[in-house]
Amino acid sequence: MKVDRRTFLAGVAVAGAATVPAPHGGTAAAAPAVKFPSAAALAAETLVPAALPASSGKPGSDFMVDVIRSLDIDYISANPASSFRGLQESIVNYGGNQKPEFLTCMHEESSVAMAHGYFKIAGKPMGVLCHGTVGLQHASMALYNAWCDRVPVVVILGNIVDATKRRPGVEWLHTAQDVAAMVRDFTKWDDLPASLQHFAESTVRAYKIATTPPMAPVVIVADGGLQEAPIGDGESLSIPKFVATAPPQGDTGAVREAARLLAAAQSPVIVADRLARTAQGIKLLVELAETLNAPVIDQYGRMNFPNAHYLSHSERGRALIGQADVVLGLELTDYWGTVNAYTDNHERTTTSRTKAGTKLISIGVGDLYTKSNYQDFERFAAVDLPVAGDAEATLPALIEAVKSALSAERRAAIAGRAEAMRKARAATRERIAVDATYAWDASPVSTARVAAELWAQIRSEDWSLVSPDNFFSRWPHRMWTMDRPHHYIGGSGGAGEGYGLPAAVGAALANRAVGRLTVNIQCDGDMMYAPGALWTAVHHKIPLLTVMHNNRAYHQETMHLQRLGNRRNRGVDRASIGTTITEPNIDYAKLAQSMGMWAEGPIENPADLGPALARAVAVVKRGEPALVDVVTQPR
Amino acid sequence: MRVLLIPALAAGLLLNGVARAEPSAADGRTLFVKVGCYLCHGYQGQGGAAGPRIAPDPLPFDGLAAFVRTTSGEMPPYSEKLLSDADLADIYAYLQSVPRPPAVASVPLLKQ
Repeated sequence: MKVDRRTFLAGVAVAGAATVPAPHGGTAAAAPAVKFPSAAALAAETLVPAALPASSGKPGSDFMVDVIRSLDIDYISANPASSFRGLQESIVNYGGNQKPEFLTCMHEESSVAMAHGYFKIAGKPMGVLCHGTVGLQHASMALYNAWCDRVPVVVILGNIVDATKRRPGVEWLHTAQDVAAMVRDFTKWDDLPASLQHFAESTVRAYKIATTPPMAPVVIVADGGLQEAPIGDGESLSIPKFVATAPPQGDTGAVREAARLLAAAQSPVIVADRLARTAQGIKLLVELAETLNAPVIDQYGRMNFPNAHYLSHSERGRALIGQADVVLGLELTDYWGTVNAYTDNHERTTTSRTKAGTKLISIGVGDLYTKSNYQDFERFAAVDLPVAGDAEATLPALIEAVKSALSAERRAAIAGRAEAMRKARAATRERIAVDATYAWDASPVSTARVAAELWAQIRSEDWSLVSPDNFFSRWPHRMWTMDRPHHYIGGSGGAGEGYGLPAAVGAALANRAVGRLTVNIQCDGDMMYAPGALWTAVHHKIPLLTVMHNNRAYHQETMHLQRLGNRRNRGVDRASIGTTITEPNIDYAKLAQSMGMWAEGPIENPADLGPALARAVAVVKRGEPALVDVVTQPR
Repeated sequence: MRVLLIPALAAGLLLNGVARAEPSAADGRTLFVKVGCYLCHGYQGQGGAAGPRIAPDPLPFDGLAAFVRTTSGEMPPYSEKLLSDADLADIYAYLQSVPRPPAVASVPLLKQ
């Protein structure tokens, strides 16, 4: 029997109905209102119809679940939708809602952001189910963030290719001829499989492409018909084995030349942004820095370098760049911005931060894959020695080459740099502590005070900060001891709002597996893009401590209006229009409580903060999310 | 609180014909928020990622005033139309009035 894909279930009903009187129509109309079903009718209602081949009992989406499982994907985040109803049904019933487990999200942007944050802790992708045109449009900004942050997200996108199989109305609105086109500028690969075997091969290929540096999101379109139709008679299906591709390493000759420059340098400086993909990346950077006694400037795209190390000198970044004779940039997002100053005042001016003759070396995957439309590649930097390759994968060869290039005389000279570095680091630490005392008892609460109170609560735990701290004056980086990969996971990548909370929930989900305490310092403006993620955290029992950085403004934008108001000599009296989040103030504790989350605040008295945080940590340690709303200084 | 005014500032006030006996720290605090100083420097001028610390030990008034009027750096300049000399004096008084911070040694949370 031939059953078309979209009407498979209806087809089963038709097959059964063939053995019983038609419930409607001329003949049935003359039948009694109630008729005891025959044995054949009972069998047709309760058993698999004998006329159907056994294989037709398994729909295509069951096989899709098998494919997803083969990739060790533990979770699928999604907002439910009809274009992937077949696959969702297979996940919860055929798969028993385990590996993958369906995570209910309240916006596709949150689904992707969750997967974004999850990857940066788990080190492997989560799947995202997305609904045709409208779902992918919702998801697109979060995909752009992941693209910019070089994070693999595997999107499985519902769509119905065959026009004759679409239900009239909405299903047409939610379908596109080339649905992945809208995100093709900021995804690494996509495909529209035409068969289940094609789905298996393309999904494994997509996963492989996504997780090979430079990592990036991918999209696989799961046709609705393919999901819902039974696996065909005698259809031989197999799932290709996934084997991770070894990341690309820098050219041997170029690496040797980089080593020669570094070994001979009097004042080398190392700058790292999205360098460390693993704990090994941190170890390797420490080894390179110690071999050269070169200061490291961490641009915080990832947890790259232990901030208590004597060569950690991010605080002195500008000065060190100015003194350097060789700068080594590792996976920098913006090399130009690293070595040039840009002033946004009456006239936009640029000046070089480096002295004449400074040699610039870059190692990174940025040169391996670039697209035209979106300008995330930043301004062109005239680097003297650009090396295309994954920096973490290239570091072992570079370290070896540097060691080989060092004469005994150079080793002695390099050893002599250590003392000055240690003294400078100690002085920085002392200055940081003094800086933190200013506005210590202020209300709104200073960001330094929040960081100190929070640190006191978590420092003895296995903790993980999963929010960026650039809007928090970098106090966690300045004050806390960070030396493990999960201590910091960078930011959104594309600076698109709505990343913070859902990414934190995703990261907390990954941390939950190892019993780690997850901390999210949450900006208020970002929170209101995706507050539904609070519900997701509660619903799925994801322990996460959220501390609100509630400065009651889109503060960055207030500063922009101030800048323009001054530039035009009109003043800043009205800079708050459209940039502040007041009148009314938002009560974030009540917002969280409305979704079943433990919450306290708003806290305006710094003396109240420590006890509230202690109570919140206790909640999180028993496996639930908690939120503390703190009214804070702007930065 | 008592605020020390340097001669140049007093002269400026007289030249502008502003009848102010002494700058007001309370008014200065209001102005500090109104004209947006807090945006980068924090409500107590403590500084942070967006701007340096400016209280309770601001630059000498002449230097601060010159910088505020003419800066071509990251901080946007304030003309006299946007911020009068008298208002700037009030802000200066506010900066000087900010309480001194506690010593690091007296703050248990900051002892490493």
